[in-house]
Amino acid sequence: MFDSLTLASLPAEDDDLRLMVRDLIVNHIKSMPLWRRARSWQGFSADFSKALGRAGLLGLTIPKALGGHERGPFARFVVVEELLSAGAPVAAHWIADRQSAPLIMSCGTEAQRERYIPGICRGEILFCIGMSEPGSGSDLASVRTRAEMVDGGWVVNGQKVWTTNAMHSDYMIALVRTSGTPADRHAGLSQLIIDLKAPGVTIRPIVDLTGDAHFAEVFFEDVRLDGDALIGQEGEGWKQCTAELAFERSGPERIYSSVVLLDAWIQHLQACGRRDAATLVGRLTAELATLRAMSIACTSRLAMGESPVVEASLVKDLGTSFEQELPLVIGDDLAAHPDEPVSDELYQTLMYVTHIAPSFSLRGGTREILRGITARGMGLR
Amino acid sequence: MDSQEIIEPFARMLNAAVGPAEVREAERSNSLGAIWDSLSSSGYLDALIAEDRGGAGFGLADVFPLLALVGAKGVPAPVGETMIARALAAEAGITLSDGPIALATGQVDGQVVTCARVAQQILYDNGAELVLLAAADCSLRATGIEFSLAARADLSRIRGQILPRPAGGLLSIAAILRSILIAGAANQLVEQSTVFANERVQFGKPIGRQQSLQHNLAVMAENAIAARIAAQLGAAGGLAPSLAAAATAKSVSSRAAALIANSAHALHGAIGISEEYDLQLLTRRLHEWRMADGSEGYWSGLLGASRLSCPATSVDWVRAEIFA
Repeated sequence: MFDSLTLASLPAEDDDLRLMVRDLIVNHIKSMPLWRRARSWQGFSADFSKALGRAGLLGLTIPKALGGHERGPFARFVVVEELLSAGAPVAAHWIADRQSAPLIMSCGTEAQRERYIPGICRGEILFCIGMSEPGSGSDLASVRTRAEMVDGGWVVNGQKVWTTNAMHSDYMIALVRTSGTPADRHAGLSQLIIDLKAPGVTIRPIVDLTGDAHFAEVFFEDVRLDGDALIGQEGEGWKQCTAELAFERSGPERIYSSVVLLDAWIQHLQACGRRDAATLVGRLTAELATLRAMSIACTSRLAMGESPVVEASLVKDLGTSFEQELPLVIGDDLAAHPDEPVSDELYQTLMYVTHIAPSFSLRGGTREILRGITARGMGLR
Repeated sequence: MDSQEIIEPFARMLNAAVGPAEVREAERSNSLGAIWDSLSSSGYLDALIAEDRGGAGFGLADVFPLLALVGAKGVPAPVGETMIARALAAEAGITLSDGPIALATGQVDGQVVTCARVAQQILYDNGAELVLLAAADCSLRATGIEFSLAARADLSRIRGQILPRPAGGLLSIAAILRSILIAGAANQLVEQSTVFANERVQFGKPIGRQQSLQHNLAVMAENAIAARIAAQLGAAGGLAPSLAAAATAKSVSSRAAALIANSAHALHGAIGISEEYDLQLLTRRLHEWRMADGSEGYWSGLLGASRLSCPATSVDWVRAEIFA
């Protein structure tokens, strides 16, 4: 079953990237408090993203002519692993670097590549992704935001919601209906690059249960775009989206969202000299190592030019289950030792991750959707 | 030689020699009959012996698919155990007779030794050295578990041939072998359960169309793949594995073994717990392998103690200790 998902190793030539990332981290985020680093890939710092761009750590898989570095998915794995392990604030460039740039490279025109890609590689052009709508969550094919062709350009009307970092982004790649009705399901959907500074775009941040505002609702009222706002083929938006999600679902961010908390707890145990949690520490460490190997296995499929949609789904499901279990078992352990002092930092980090953890298995496809994809890949349905 | 070239003749031989009927016969009679003749004459028992010592020169990672197949078929013989014992003996220049060898890694009298009832010899790690014992000298006792080929053994005072003990002892190697067997059986159970779900009709349609079952099967597949990859991490260290890699392999695969056995039975319903249905041939073994050579709790405890003794971040520690 899924025999292609097998142990692979990271090429040694990508190891030099670790030191480059560590240098940047020391310079930029050493003084950042733990609870901020626990934001992981939701932590936003435009400056840090630009510094990564200057250091040559963005656009790793992009051709040099467009400002990239012509390295493979393994190089990207190494950089991402280092960033997440340190809790670096990577949200600003995250979506552009991970999804938008590969999408524009594979589906965009030459003009689109030249317009967007070099800025993405510098960490200066920020993208968000417009998928969910008030009536369309897991059932993405039911999107109602429409784009009509008028005088050679597009006119967009509708609404997106839960759009991560829309208020900080320059562009949105939105899944919209360009023909037919929601009853036509996957047919008639297209992807458009929407300039978020265009007249008619309104963005309202949404505060989450931790007090952060990382996502937003975005309204489009007669937003006029040029004809080349269309990315890829008209009517092929669903297929393009699905391929894009293989990038979103397979990365190490799906196992490391809580790793800052794990490390803080282990430091706490070491500082207290407490050994009674060794079995739990060992189990979690073994699971982390196994998930890392699974994520590298997925990355090796990407490196071979495949789109491991099913494999990425099952790694993400297992990975987010691990990420979500961490705050619960750590909270149990700490509160099982009421006489042991817990620092403000560790407590704030624990409670932040505890409260935000449900999002881990929502973003990028819910647990139920992923298990459905896996089941179909197994020949069920 | 790539892995397909290694595995195809082995799979052909094993398919001809062992099916459910042969497994049941071995469990009924406590003897291997023709199964062992096929295995020993195939030459595969020397797969792990270095070429300059007359073997095939494969590593544990090379024979992973072979041993996973042994697990998938529930072969009632200590195939991997014998391969490992023969390779350790060959390192010391000792050639062993062709009989099946079981591994004993516990330090307590009365320990349960997997496959001991069909073994000619038992390779026992007494904590200081490896001792190769004639099974006939070991006053083996039945465990009292119907159909089980394991036996209880009092080994600490029996004399036998001394073999050099690998640096980490026999336990880590045996644990990795169990994790490979678990991975093979787990994969087989996922495939078998998927076929069953597509065939079994209830409420007018195959039960595999029920979303709840689809999700259970997807989770089974996730756990089976995790067990496989964890076992591969262990096997990458060959016959000198790090403690951390062995612990990862056995901790993850043992936990998966119990989950997968339970899910497979839940999906099959009552027929799955009947003796005449083949499911039990694998699920009983999953539970035995899970507990053999240290359960998930044992290995997690060792791994956690090692982890807690080092100030590195988790990612750095895992990279250095488990992926090295």
